[in-house]
Amino acid sequence: MLRGMAILLGLQLVGEVLTRWLEMPLPGSVVGMLLLLAGLRAGIFRVDWVKDAAELLLSNLSLLFVPAGVGVMVYADLIARHWLALSVAASLSTLIVLAVTGWSAQYLARKGGK
Amino acid sequence: MLSPLVQTPLFGITLTLVTYELASCVYRRWPLALLNPVIVTAACIILFLSLLDIPYAQYAAGGDILLFLLGPAVVALGLPLYQRRAEIISRLLPTLCAVSAGAVASIVSATGILLLFGSDTGLILSMAPKSVTTPIAIGISEKIGGIVPLTAAIVVVTGCFGGMVGPTFCRLLGIRDPFAMGLAMGTAAHGLGTGRMLEIDRFGGAMAGLSIGLNGVITAAIIPIFVALLP
Repeated sequence: MLRGMAILLGLQLVGEVLTRWLEMPLPGSVVGMLLLLAGLRAGIFRVDWVKDAAELLLSNLSLLFVPAGVGVMVYADLIARHWLALSVAASLSTLIVLAVTGWSAQYLARKGGK
Repeated sequence: MLSPLVQTPLFGITLTLVTYELASCVYRRWPLALLNPVIVTAACIILFLSLLDIPYAQYAAGGDILLFLLGPAVVALGLPLYQRRAEIISRLLPTLCAVSAGAVASIVSATGILLLFGSDTGLILSMAPKSVTTPIAIGISEKIGGIVPLTAAIVVVTGCFGGMVGPTFCRLLGIRDPFAMGLAMGTAAHGLGTGRMLEIDRFGGAMAGLSIGLNGVITAAIIPIFVALLP
């Protein structure tokens, strides 16, 4: 577990350094994710080193968003002033993205003979 | 007497974990989309803090520690991607096309709907990166001249909504393949869509995680074009 956590945090740190250094418009964690993938592929890390820590974080991913959700209260005034436009745009647009992405993925994957 | 205790991380973390555990019990008993544990927990905590007049900053002493763990959690998504790499490589082109289509659909529909409402430009620019994961969306909003805190709030609300209704909506549209549903959930509702998808299907969750990164990169790259087209 500890080794896994050290690897995950270490790769995030490397990702943060790289994105800052190369001025990439990406969070360091996304680069860290790609580094973990590359490291596992290259045999630098073994699956059982990171498995426990990764499982713990991923099976509780939704919990980690709760504080950001509570943060909405700080901007309550701004949101209250534009609530109708914001809620219609956010919900309708989310449904449109789900439909466009899901349909095109399913259609293209089937066409590709899968 | 209790106020120094409220300022310690112990308060925010314990409040979040206990409330989330209770909300999860309720959700297991009545698995309704409206009882989504993230939304119920956040709403209960907001109510609790408001009633007791505790400022958000004191809750954040603990809340920020949980939020910090999102970083290593995103890195951890590399593991399911590695374990299913053969399936991903064989579907690389459909993945790229579908996420790009979703990124364009997100920017066009979000800004378009606000234009119909006659909203001002600041609001529209804040809304434009709504489906992108929080850290990338903040960077984009800053760059194109949006209101950064508003973008952060919109992103979380979008993620909650997408995570809540996404799977049911996809099934209604006939999107049942975990590959397609995962991409849709990750592209539309970033980490919250991914969290929900991981509960449904491991491989779908990995695809959702991949699309968080892809959507972030694609949106960051193409959003200036759409901003230039705004009236």
